[in-house]
Amino acid sequence: MDFGLTDDQREIQRTARDLLAERAKPERVREHAEAGTTDEALWRELCELGWSGIAVAEQYGGQGLGAVELSILCEELGRTLAPVPFLPSVLAAALIEHGGSPEQCLRWLPGLASGETLGAVDSAIDGVSELVIGGAEAGLIVLVEADGSARVLSSQEAEVTPVATIDPTRSAARVSAGEDVGESLADGCVGLGRGLVAVSAELVGVCDRALEMTVAYVKDRKQFGVPVGAYQAVSHRCAQMLLETEKARATAAFAAWTADADPERLAEAAAMAKAAASEAAREVTASAIQAHGGIGFTWEADVHWLYKRAQLDAALLGGVKQHRARLAAILAEHVGASAPA
Amino acid sequence: MDLTFSPKETAFRDELRGWLAENQPDLEPTDGGEDAHYTWRRDWQRRLYDAGWAAPAWPTEYGGRGATPTESAIYYEEIGRARVPFAANTLGLLLGGPTLMVWGTPEQKERYLPPILSAEEIWCQGFSEPDAGSDLASLKTRAVKDGDDWLVTGQKVWTSGAQYSKWCMLVARTDGEVAKHKGLSYFLMDMEQDAVQVRPLRQITGEAEFNELFIEDARIPDANVIGGVGNGWKVALTTLMNERAGLGFALQIRLRQLLDDLIAAAAERGLLEDPRYADALAELHIRCESIRLLAWKGLTDAERYGQPGPEGSLVKWLWSDTNQRLTELAVDIIGPEALTAGTPWSYELLRARGNTIEGGTTEVLKNIVAERVLGLPRLKVAV
Repeated sequence: MDFGLTDDQREIQRTARDLLAERAKPERVREHAEAGTTDEALWRELCELGWSGIAVAEQYGGQGLGAVELSILCEELGRTLAPVPFLPSVLAAALIEHGGSPEQCLRWLPGLASGETLGAVDSAIDGVSELVIGGAEAGLIVLVEADGSARVLSSQEAEVTPVATIDPTRSAARVSAGEDVGESLADGCVGLGRGLVAVSAELVGVCDRALEMTVAYVKDRKQFGVPVGAYQAVSHRCAQMLLETEKARATAAFAAWTADADPERLAEAAAMAKAAASEAAREVTASAIQAHGGIGFTWEADVHWLYKRAQLDAALLGGVKQHRARLAAILAEHVGASAPA
Repeated sequence: MDLTFSPKETAFRDELRGWLAENQPDLEPTDGGEDAHYTWRRDWQRRLYDAGWAAPAWPTEYGGRGATPTESAIYYEEIGRARVPFAANTLGLLLGGPTLMVWGTPEQKERYLPPILSAEEIWCQGFSEPDAGSDLASLKTRAVKDGDDWLVTGQKVWTSGAQYSKWCMLVARTDGEVAKHKGLSYFLMDMEQDAVQVRPLRQITGEAEFNELFIEDARIPDANVIGGVGNGWKVALTTLMNERAGLGFALQIRLRQLLDDLIAAAAERGLLEDPRYADALAELHIRCESIRLLAWKGLTDAERYGQPGPEGSLVKWLWSDTNQRLTELAVDIIGPEALTAGTPWSYELLRARGNTIEGGTTEVLKNIVAERVLGLPRLKVAV
C-alpha cells in the first residue's frame, strides 16, 4: 500500500507548481478577476503543454494519463485560482469520453483535448441549468439530468445567458435547451464520477492555499505583543483547518485512485470525496477570512477569492447534502445486500 | 499510488483470517465482573501465543514473526474485524516489549520479554499522576538510592490492569535539582509488594478499567532501571510513540463495526430513508473512511520515509470525535434502549467520553498539530 506519487507524477506536480507560481501570481489573478476576463495567454500555454488533454486517450488527441495525474493539475490550479477554463473543459471531456460512443468521442474529444474547443458541464432540470461554470465561453455544453442521461449541446443550439457570479475568475451562464436539440451521450453520465474527482481535487488545492496563507498571516500578525497564532483560539482554528484539509485530501486521493484502479467503487468514493471536499473548502476558506481578522474582509486581501471559488465549486455537480444523500443510498444498498434472504 | 496489499501482505492476512475463523475465544463472561473478564482475555492471549499470533510485530528472535508495520496493522484490523478481545497483556505487548527492545540490556530482554508474550507476567503503565497529566514531565513520584536498590514514593493514576500486573513501567524523579525532563528515570517496578497499594478508580460507565497506585517506599533493584538513570524521559517517549501505532487500527475497525451496526439498526427502523438520519450517517461514513485512509497513509509513509510524524495526532483526534458523534446519534436512532443502563449502546455512549481525554486530550493534540505540523508559535505561559 502506497499513498505516494510516482516519480513521473511528482514531476508533473513540481512542473505545474513552478509554472503557476510564475504565471498565476495573485496580482495577475486579481487583475483578470476584476476585469472579468480569462487569462488567454496562460490558457494557450497550458494547452500547448498538453494540460487540457492530460486525461484524454491518445487516440483522441490527449496524453492518455489517469485520474491521479488530472487531479494533480486540478489541485495546483485550485491553489492559484488561475483564471483559465481548465476545470469545465476537462469535466466535459470526462463525461464525453466515458459516456460517449466511439463516434461521439472522435467527434468532440480532439477539440477539447487540444483546447480549441472549450467545454462546460452541469446538472440540469428539463434542459435548464441556472449556473453552468464556464458556460459563457464554452463551445460544447454537457447537461446531466437527474435520470442519469447526459446531452451534449453546441453553444449555438442552446440559449446561453452569461451570469456574473461571486467568483469572477471563471465565466458562468444560464443555459436552456429545448427537448429536441443536442445529442444524448450513448451511456449517459457514467463519466460523472471522474468529474467529481476533478472538482474535489481543485477544492483540495483551494483548502491547501487558504491554510498556507492563514498560517503565514497568524505567524506574522502581532497583537498584545505576540503573534496571534500563539493564541489557542487561533492556533486550534488552524489545526481544525488542517484536519478538514487532510480529510478532503485523503478522500479525493482515494477517489482518484479508484477511478483508474477499482472503478466499481468509484460511485461511492466520488460521492464521498465531493461531499468531504465541498464541506472542507467552505469551512477552511471561511476560517481563513476569520483568522485574517479585519484585513480578511477587505477586497485587497486575496483570501476572499478562495472563499468564492470554494462556494462555486462546492455547488458544482451537487453539494454536500446531495452527495451525502447519494452515499446513504449506497449504504442502504449494502445493508440490503448483506441482509439474510 | 497503490492502495492494495502486496501478495505477501495478502498471504499474511489470509493466514490470520483462516486461523481466527478456526479459533474463537470462549464466550465472553456475563458475570464474575472484572476478574472473570481478565481471565477470559488472558486465556485468549495464551491461545494466540501458542499459535504464534500474540505479537507478530515482535522480531522472530523474541518470539514474534518479524511482521512489517503494514502486516502489524493488518493484524489489528483483523483482530478488530473478528470481534475478538484484545490480549490481556496488551500494554506489555504493545508498549513494554518494544520499549525494552530499544532500551533494555541483553539480560533485561532475556528475563522480561518471554513472559510478556505468554501472558505469564502482565504489565501496567505508571506514568500519569494526579498533578501530572498532559504535563507529564512535571511528575512528582520520587526514587531515592538506597544501597543497590531504589526506594520509590508517590502516587500514580489511570493505571489499567494494575490489579493483575506483575510489572509496572514506572517513571519517577531521581534528580530534583536539574530541569524537569532531565531528572527522570524509567523503572520496572514489581507490583507484588505491600509498599504498592492498588485502588480501583470507578469511571462514568460504572466499571473500573483504571486504578490509582499508592506507592510508599517500594523497593526496586538498580538492575531494573531501563535505559540508564536520568534518561527516563527519552525511554518514556519510546513507550508513548508506540501507544497509538498498533491499537489505532483495531479501534478504527471497531468504529467501522459500530457504524455498520447503527446503519443496520436505522435500516430496520426505516430511518435510512429519513433524510435527516441518512445525512448524519453518510457524514459518519465519510469520517470513518477518512480515518481509515489517514491511518494507512500515516503508516505507509512512515514505513517508506522514516519515523511516524505528528500527523498521527489528526487520526486520534478525528477517531475520538467521530466515536462520540456516532454514539450520540445512536441515542436518537435506537431510542430509550440506548439510555437504559447495562445496554451496549448506553455503554458505548458513556465510554466514548473518555476517548477525547485518554492517550492525549484533543486540546493537547490540537497544540501538537499547531506547533509541530503547522509551525505556529507557542504561547509562553508564566510559571
